Amino acid sequence: MADLWVIGELGPDGGLAHISAEVATLARRLADAAGGSVTGVVVGAAPETAAADLATYLPRVVAVTDSSAADHAWAAIAAERIAALVADAGGAGNGGPGCILIGSGPDGRDVAGMLSVLLGWGVLVNATGVEWQDGGPVVEMSVFGGKLITTSAFAGGPGIVTVRPGAVTAEGSGGAAGTIESIAPTAEPALPRVAVVDRVAEAGAAAPIEEARIIVSGGRGLGGPDGFTLVQQLADVLGGAVGATRAAVDAGWISYSQQIGQTGKIVKPQLYLALGISGAIQHKVGMQTAETIVAVNRDPDAPIAEFADLVVVGDLFQVGPAILERLSSRSG
Amino acid sequence: MRIVVLVKPVPDPAAAAERLGPDGRLDRAASPAVVNANDEYALEAALKLVAEHGGDVTLLSMAAGSAPETMRKALAMGADRGVHVMDPALAGSDTLSTARVLAAALRDIQADLILAGADTSDGGGGVVAPGVAALLGVPYLSYASKIEPDPVAGTVRVRRISPTGYDLLEAPMPALIGCTQALGEPRYPSLKGIMAARSKEIATRTLADLGLADGSVGGSAATTRVVDSRKPPARAATRVVRGTPDEAAAEVVAFLAERRII
Ligand SMILES: Cc1cc2nc3c(=O)[nH]c(=O)nc-3n(C[C@H](O)[C@H](O)[C@H](O)COP(=O)(O)OP(=O)(O)OC[C@H]3O[C@@H](n4cnc5c(N)ncnc54)[C@H](O)[C@@H]3O)c2cc1C
Ligand SMILES: Nc1ncnc2c1ncn2[C@@H]1O[C@H](COP(=O)(O)O)[C@@H](O)[C@H]1O
Repeated sequence: MADLWVIGELGPDGGLAHISAEVATLARRLADAAGGSVTGVVVGAAPETAAADLATYLPRVVAVTDSSAADHAWAAIAAERIAALVADAGGAGNGGPGCILIGSGPDGRDVAGMLSVLLGWGVLVNATGVEWQDGGPVVEMSVFGGKLITTSAFAGGPGIVTVRPGAVTAEGSGGAAGTIESIAPTAEPALPRVAVVDRVAEAGAAAPIEEARIIVSGGRGLGGPDGFTLVQQLADVLGGAVGATRAAVDAGWISYSQQIGQTGKIVKPQLYLALGISGAIQHKVGMQTAETIVAVNRDPDAPIAEFADLVVVGDLFQVGPAILERLSSRSG
Repeated sequence: MRIVVLVKPVPDPAAAAERLGPDGRLDRAASPAVVNANDEYALEAALKLVAEHGGDVTLLSMAAGSAPETMRKALAMGADRGVHVMDPALAGSDTLSTARVLAAALRDIQADLILAGADTSDGGGGVVAPGVAALLGVPYLSYASKIEPDPVAGTVRVRRISPTGYDLLEAPMPALIGCTQALGEPRYPSLKGIMAARSKEIATRTLADLGLADGSVGGSAATTRVVDSRKPPARAATRVVRGTPDEAAAEVVAFLAERRII
């Protein structure tokens, strides 16, 4: 049971996705605690770079080259190749892993769901922390929009864990890079493939918010798309990313990929700076676990004033530029 | 075009009544249920698709006995019928069981497209739908912001949200699609829709009906268990800052420095 596998995802540049570096760090620590082994698996059309990156975190990496991943959706390919590797390794407990960890982003979820049914293993989702207890992983997660924190375990068998961004800070193993074993599978695919006809980059695609240490976020109070210029400037000077409420997204001021909340993204930055955001429950569930929440709102009774660490009661068009000026002169 | 939408009743995220019982399971009686928000976007997309291409929409839920009440709202929005999988043995199901049960129920329903939500608001991890697709052996197209079927060619194209924009995916139908809010705001049920929903059929299926009464699914087959649940630690009291913009800005910057954020 103590042998762990980490699934390495590829970032847009072909290197290891940041989330996978975090998951690898977490898994290495668990393996140390459990006295077990840890192996990374990277599946892709060109997995070499990501595999080499992953080997700086883990003692052993398996790189599976599947050329169909160049123009087909990754999840079905990865799930199938990983399931085959588990079988080849002898299955859970017989040389194969007792636990597989993967990021909880879109690709990680798709793979985890498919892998679960292919292997017949359970999944513990959205882990914010994982520990090793009594021979297995014990997973902490936040449920019902953060109203409860639960601790869960597998009921004795092997399992899959999806891990939220920010559960640990990525940290290389420090020693020599791990070994990399390359595999070119020959088996015909059984799961149907989904063709990627085109990969479209959209103008204005902003920095991803899930991994940002600092998020400056704007809501309806910005009054229009131009308000996001101020938000962006503050994000730039703080080295952060731009987030938004659904009201701002629905108004067409910013893209849905920046939306935080129940039907957007869940984030856990060190700082969440909210401008013109009321803090409705559906927004709160996406950002309430930020370490520090600072809000600027002219309404002292806005719900966000109940859970922010600091709230400035004032006009964001006056307070925002004043904060920007002070931050700029500090960093300049 | 025949479309099935997977809808899960979830505790209303806007209410604050969620509670776990001593067995670590949700005390559903304490929580008013609504249709999971992402599933409403899936339903809205389905209704638009049948308005354009013809066809009908079937809802599929695996849920406790009160589910029909929740399903009525989705029927009032315009879905044609519902299928409710319910069995005492299903209490305490994990995501693997849920995927197996939904897949088994789907084998009895003809569909060109199956639509699901990207995830559920009660703590779902977005793993049930890809599991169902893999069990059925149908293509899975996830995180959809646009769905364009070509009934003549028998294929469907989906824009899948990517970190930099979107990937344009294509697969043969039948296919399963994971849906997001980017597909568009769900309609409100009309009065006529509400009236019509009362007489729409919600068929009940037990595990025996699905050929699954062998202990392979449900609470007794659960692969995961909740060990402990607790309330999150309360946040510290809020510091309220007033004053001129410049004074306020000075306080904010000092606060960030104090916390070593800058
Ligand atoms: C099913 C469902 C899912 C949802 N999912 C999400 C989600 O994922 N994410 C999300 O964010 N929302 C979501 N919502 C919407 C949510 O309920 C709120 O409507 C939304 O979060 C409000 O956004 P807001 O704070 O920008 O706007 P408002 O609530 O209108 O708040 C604007 C705030 O700006 C302040 N303000 C205005 N002008 C100024 C100024 N000049 N200076 C300072 N302050 C000013 C006002 O005092 C007010 O507090 C969802 C709703 C539903 C029903
Ligand atoms: N019990 C269920 N009944 C019907 N559909 C479900 C059920 N559980 C999950 N789903 C579908 O699968 C999606 C993802 O769920 P989850 O993996 O729990 O986040 C949901 O948005 C639903 O469309």
